[in-house]
Amino acid sequence: MIHITKDILDPDEITDKVRNPSAGAIISFLGSTRNVTSDRKVLYLEYEAYEPMARKELAAVADEMHERWPLHGVAISHRLGRLEIGEISLVVAVSSQHRPDAFAACEYSINRIKQTVPIWKKEYFEGGAVWVESPEDQHTSSTFNA
Amino acid sequence: MTTVDPTYIAQTIKITLRLFASYREHVGVSVLEFNIALGSTVGDIARKTVAQYPDIIADPNKLVVAVNEEYQDHEFVLTDEDEVALIPPVSGGLN
Repeated sequence: MIHITKDILDPDEITDKVRNPSAGAIISFLGSTRNVTSDRKVLYLEYEAYEPMARKELAAVADEMHERWPLHGVAISHRLGRLEIGEISLVVAVSSQHRPDAFAACEYSINRIKQTVPIWKKEYFEGGAVWVESPEDQHTSSTFNA
Repeated sequence: MTTVDPTYIAQTIKITLRLFASYREHVGVSVLEFNIALGSTVGDIARKTVAQYPDIIADPNKLVVAVNEEYQDHEFVLTDEDEVALIPPVSGGLN
């Protein structure tokens, strides 16, 4: 259950996809756009994707989660386009029988998404804009070329 | 009627190069077409592109590349009609 869209994300709708009568735990993670980066005031953001590949890589992350933990359901939705501050850019919903599995799988998915999924974020400041590349991402680049 | 020597056709392949985010802005377009020698690798395309657009990255060996929507290393040999994408460091997900 992978979704990439320019529309506003509805966390409840995405969470409903993983509801299951035998799931004792449902974890929803919401990634929200932040108004400050390195002491600079961010006005808004833009997300861009290599969409068909991003969809495949998100599906691969969901598969990895299922392989590593006994989960009932995984739903991942990522938003694209212009987002205002405080909007939701990412929703990961995970259900499992017991909560440790859902918590661990959810945390794992967010780290993987930042490593492998071709989605980029541009932050717009007063008087400029920058594509975000964290040191962690640079490390990922060298890994893929090794 | 002229016939085309099939061995001549096989000498070059056509690939589509897709650019995103900062790379797209450095180059100014999101898609480039390349005719390259048969047997060319991902590394060849990386070096060729960076030679033409040096603002993309200082070291072409550090480029992350996908072929037909899958990550490949620089030794990967390209075939005709491949879609090659240069993948800038990703920053999706959370902040």
